[in-house]
Amino acid sequence: MLKLNCEQATRMMSESQERKLGTAERTVLRMHTWICSGCRNFGGQLGFIRQAMRGFATHADEGDGAAGGNDKSPPPGGV
Amino acid sequence: MSRDESPLAMPSDEADPSASASGVSAPHVDATDRHGLHDQAFLSALRTQMIKFAQLHLGDRHLAEDAVQEALAGAWSGAQRFGGRAAIKTWVFAILKNKVADLLRHKQRVVDASSLMKDDEEQAMSDLFDERGHWLQDSKPTAWHCPEASLEQQQFWAVLEVCLDGMPAAQARVFMMREFMGFETDEICSTVSVSSSNLFVLLHRARLRLRECLNQRWFAQAA
Repeated sequence: MLKLNCEQATRMMSESQERKLGTAERTVLRMHTWICSGCRNFGGQLGFIRQAMRGFATHADEGDGAAGGNDKSPPPGGV
Repeated sequence: MSRDESPLAMPSDEADPSASASGVSAPHVDATDRHGLHDQAFLSALRTQMIKFAQLHLGDRHLAEDAVQEALAGAWSGAQRFGGRAAIKTWVFAILKNKVADLLRHKQRVVDASSLMKDDEEQAMSDLFDERGHWLQDSKPTAWHCPEASLEQQQFWAVLEVCLDGMPAAQARVFMMREFMGFETDEICSTVSVSSSNLFVLLHRARLRLRECLNQRWFAQAA
């Protein structure tokens, strides 16, 4: 797999959140994201999605304001 | 608050053994109101949110109610240590999350892996990529402006919830186990009976889908 397409690249970026990629994988991935802004953006947004999911439990459904809008506690797990 | 530990460091429902079980012998009797455990409206709203959360994961109303009851009981006995409603809410949800995770681990739900995988797979991918696997013009990710600022906005969390609700059930289940409950991949594989490569595929699809949804419903709206 010398050259990745976007589907393969995003799959590899997704997997990097579950397991450590090998050296060869990281190399082909870097070559791809170097030239592909879409996949570069996707990679950054994956990190944001993980961060948002960690904060989800304490923020979801607070629309009624019962807990006040000013939650001092960081999301579980932090950033 | 005598200690400064993270709520997640609490070992599931084990409250601080130094705190009294009933909560009435606490040094600050008048402090209980601050965290809202005497406020019926606050309590019932909190309870509703907790049940909704537990039911989402457990898929069973009775199991969910039991888990919530236990989490609230645990919170009650440790309540003196918390300064306000936001803190108590964070804490009871952390307890509940641990409890739900335990229940899920023991449930060993058997899921037909092939039906999991079929789950609209063709559609999901051909929506986003062309036949050579490159982004279609409309779905190529563009930069998000200051995404972290969204985390401060109540509306963002509502959008995230809508997007999660819209995920196919099987994808949503493994994604929530991974990203929300914080399961390791081998735990998920044994709990829902999928191979790790199938799990990677499901998580990849879930993330593609969630990213697309957040983009359409939130980030593209703001731009």
